Amino acid sequence: MRLLLRQVGHHYADLPVLEDISLDVAQGETVAIIGPSGCGKSTLLNLVGGLLPLQQGSIETLGAPPPGCLNPLTFVFQDFALLPWRDVAGNVALALEHHDLSRVERDARIQDVLALCGLSDFAKALPKQLSGGMRQRVGIARAIAVRPAVLLMDEPLSALDAQTRELLMEDLLAIWGRERTTTLYVTHNLAEAVRLADRVMVLSRRPGKVKTIIGIPIPVLERGKPQHAAALAALQEDLWQSIKIEAQVADREMLGEAQHG
Amino acid sequence: MAEPRTRIAFRGGGFVLGNRRWAPWIAFVIIIAGWEAASLSGLLPALFMPAPHEVIAALRDLVNSGKLGNHIGASLYRVLVGWALGTSCGLVAGFAMGVFSMARAAGLPVVAALFPIPKIALLPLLILWFGIGEPSKVATIALGVFFPTVVSTFSAVDAVPRNLIRMAQSFGLGMPDILRKVVWPGALPGILAGFRISSSIALILLVSAEMIGTQVGIGAFILGAGNLMQTDQLVAGVVLLSILGLAISFLLSLAEKTLLRWR
Ligand SMILES: Nc1ncnc2c1ncn2[C@@H]1O[C@H](COP(=O)(O)OP(=O)(O)OP(=O)(O)O)[C@@H](O)[C@H]1O
Ligand SMILES: [Mg+2]
Repeated sequence: MRLLLRQVGHHYADLPVLEDISLDVAQGETVAIIGPSGCGKSTLLNLVGGLLPLQQGSIETLGAPPPGCLNPLTFVFQDFALLPWRDVAGNVALALEHHDLSRVERDARIQDVLALCGLSDFAKALPKQLSGGMRQRVGIARAIAVRPAVLLMDEPLSALDAQTRELLMEDLLAIWGRERTTTLYVTHNLAEAVRLADRVMVLSRRPGKVKTIIGIPIPVLERGKPQHAAALAALQEDLWQSIKIEAQVADREMLGEAQHG
Repeated sequence: MAEPRTRIAFRGGGFVLGNRRWAPWIAFVIIIAGWEAASLSGLLPALFMPAPHEVIAALRDLVNSGKLGNHIGASLYRVLVGWALGTSCGLVAGFAMGVFSMARAAGLPVVAALFPIPKIALLPLLILWFGIGEPSKVATIALGVFFPTVVSTFSAVDAVPRNLIRMAQSFGLGMPDILRKVVWPGALPGILAGFRISSSIALILLVSAEMIGTQVGIGAFILGAGNLMQTDQLVAGVVLLSILGLAISFLLSLAEKTLLRWR
């Protein structure tokens, strides 16, 4: 399914947060969204996911959702958002129970995604018994269990330590190796963006506007190869240059707000 | 010359609370033994405070006369029906106030105005409405239980992490599913904590309500014993109340252990 954003704008009370965001995301494409703190990245994702009412512009999907899709626009959250009273299988089940699936079908889906995310041995574990990385694997398993048309990932790895992040990126790539879902991927981490995305959209400081969109011309699954390391590093440096000033100014603005507000 | 060697002394002890299963029993034994000793030595005159063995004798008489069952039965009935009634209404109102802005805006000032009224002050009014029999006693307890339940349920619902509700919405769960699968289990710890308070209130109101217009019930028994200066029976009644309170607290702990295993 394709995703079309046209001149999307948003404001909270009289605080403008997003201005004139237009973007086409192709079927199966991953677009990373980076930008300074507070520039409206989460707001944009929530607009696309229907968790915030649209104020300006239009957001549409184009095309049919994949077969078996139960929830076209599906989130993976930074804080995992797992129900602490449900075990791993139960947390995945939450996304399925209210749909018209037979028990057998449901259990099969759960088994399937747990296996895919390396969680088969943890089906009966409670979230509190899991490491951060394992918890986010549950968040990812829950998301792909509904066979989403568009994945909305809001800093899915930010709460994890660097090594776990690395492992989860490999897992994501492995999952995407089977089937690519159209994805919006918000991150602060330029290395993540360069590693996972087909294109990177850089937003300016608040109110967030599209500053630039940089394509990453190396196929996602080949980016681990050493011959691409230099090119990727150069792309990451480009991104850093385009976001550095914005981040600096945004940082100072925050101080100003704290002093005046 | 050798460098001085110093062994590292452990200084991180204390301030860690562990399990001491036997401690409550020892405390009980010490208190009762001290009490008995004070009575036997004449430090506690029997007129003012009966000795534990006299209280036990009074309890035994109560059992033998067959009146124990009557008193406890009547009290349990009033407390259970009153508490259940007040709790179920309180849960519904508290839930509504936690979830719907309208219910919250309308309910908060009402609760704030009515909560502080000592419900026992309303007993005469309730007797006027419901008669002197069981309904007025049950209603007093229900009313006393209702308000703290509303408040604890409301704040428990309010404290359910919003991100979990948004997660559920993002997966397309409807309002009834979200209430049942997210809000209710998320609020349960706070609600059960509220039960501890409301059950104590129910016991307090029970005794007060039983002091008017009835001959059966632990409260009536205590009042009767007091009027006749039968302090051994009076304390026996108090002991019954305390056992009832302990039993309720035990049941609540059991409920917490089974329902909140995930914590
Ligand atoms: N519900 C809200 N009401 C009012 N202001 C809000 C609300 N949510 C966000 N904001 C403000 O809008 C701006 C954008 O918020 P948003 O969360 O979209 O930014 P972000 O780019 O995701 O930031 P971060 O990188 O810190 O996650 C911020 O200044 C934030 O304080
Ligand atoms: Mg954000």
